[in-house]
Amino acid sequence: MSHAAGVDVGSTQTKAVIIDEQGAIVARALTDTGANVIQAAERAFDQALAAAQLSEVDVEYVIGTGYGRYRVTFGHDQITEISCHGRGAVHMFPRTRTVLDMGGQDTKAIRVSASGEIDDFCMNDKCAAGTGRFLGAASAALQIPLDRLGPVALSYSRPVRISTTCTVFAESEVLSWLGKGKKVEDILWGVHQSIAVRSFALLRRVGIESEVTFTGGVARNAAMVKAMEDKLGCAVNISEEAHFMGALGAALFALDRIRSGRHTRGGAELTP
Amino acid sequence: MSLTAGIDVGSTYTKVVLAENERIVGRCLRPTGFRLEEVAREALAECLDAAGRTRDAVEYVVGTGMGRHQAADKDLHVTDLTASAAGAAALFPATRTVLDIGGQTMKCSRLNDAGRVHSFRLNDKCAAGTGAFLEKTARYMGYGVEEMGPLIATSREPVPISGVCAVFAESEVINHLSIGTPPASIMHGAIESLVGRAVQLMKRAKAQPAYTLVGGILRFDIMGRSIARDLGAEVNVPAPDLVQFIAAYGAALLGQERLRRLRAGTAPAALEHAVHGRV
Repeated sequence: MSHAAGVDVGSTQTKAVIIDEQGAIVARALTDTGANVIQAAERAFDQALAAAQLSEVDVEYVIGTGYGRYRVTFGHDQITEISCHGRGAVHMFPRTRTVLDMGGQDTKAIRVSASGEIDDFCMNDKCAAGTGRFLGAASAALQIPLDRLGPVALSYSRPVRISTTCTVFAESEVLSWLGKGKKVEDILWGVHQSIAVRSFALLRRVGIESEVTFTGGVARNAAMVKAMEDKLGCAVNISEEAHFMGALGAALFALDRIRSGRHTRGGAELTP
Repeated sequence: MSLTAGIDVGSTYTKVVLAENERIVGRCLRPTGFRLEEVAREALAECLDAAGRTRDAVEYVVGTGMGRHQAADKDLHVTDLTASAAGAAALFPATRTVLDIGGQTMKCSRLNDAGRVHSFRLNDKCAAGTGAFLEKTARYMGYGVEEMGPLIATSREPVPISGVCAVFAESEVINHLSIGTPPASIMHGAIESLVGRAVQLMKRAKAQPAYTLVGGILRFDIMGRSIARDLGAEVNVPAPDLVQFIAAYGAALLGQERLRRLRAGTAPAALEHAVHGRV
């Protein structure tokens, strides 16, 4: 039985997903990207292979995605993470028309067609405001681990309004609110709301069409989901695989290649 | 002889200057932290101690900087633009433009012939044009703030650092380090990117000569030299040990002026609201 894989080399973490011929996930792996991007891609793929009890030869086609996709040296092709998140989201939630992908350093709003093709997208390109890094700054300032931010924020009672745009200044704003005696949960909820406001503006630029699927590492944060839903006024789809959506999309594209018999190495990159 | 104090509660450091007429007789600098009222009080006390003066001897205190409202022990407060302008104009009377680069802000003001601010432009919302950008760059490489100066001094040439976002700069720094770029060249590149931002802001403010550059970042003499090079004009930069104190000095001088007017009975009525008690 042949397999396909997707390796998503993000700015913060590298994700790998292996799927079988039916498109079902057989293994996933996650590792910090760190400074050596090539090694991170190899590490994630090796971990996924080990988890699936497969060897490299069992995986017929590998597609690299994410900002480090060209460093996936063992990949047969590369596809942008925008296409991959769109593909993964539509695979999980076929009625998806809008995708919000929130990662470590960038946030993307993607509009997809019924067939899962990318109609339009936009992203924060100039600065880190409104991305996962904003949460990272709050986490560092308050010394609360990233995965605890959501649960703590959800216990808010009197939200604090965060006024800074810049991620660097947000860190000092968080501390100054703390100095003024505000509660940690109220400050944190304000941080989540501030990200939601910026992400909502990004979504509006591509046009918000139901259903909305929220992907990327930050989608695991329950407070971020709630802040987004409050802002959108509707529920969003969250998959168990939200964090692996880009890698899953890449793996699905790889499966397409296997099915259509396109085994040639390289080839033109699919642009969104 | 009248003794006045200027307290500049900045985003990163709090500076105090004691002035006797135009002369600086004491100064003090300490990190601002988050207890603004305390830091303002402690910095003034430390400054008085070091100068061998008592609080009672100080006839007028002017607060400035982003934390000026929290500094409780003061007679008046003015914006940091006003204070920097007063300080810059006192040192360089021909000043028509003041560029002030601090820890979290970059400000460019144009002065009229009387040395008063008549227009200004700020770089807000973004750390990329401020000292925070340099600090982040240094920290990504494992250097502390105090090590920046010596590090830059060893640079042979800068590498391009885009300077669009202080957070994104981290990936740039890591990429450079991974290909073996010396940290000094990266730091130098960060300075150059800040210089680009500064010159842009000065153009937006329609800066006119004479230019005076102040603020903590001007401690690095390469900053002043590079701005002068990109402007194609000479710039005034106060001495490295004074350049961080210009707003505090200006505030102390405004205190002197205010005191003279109060004594002469010519203080403008509109300002009386701002006076807190003691005088």
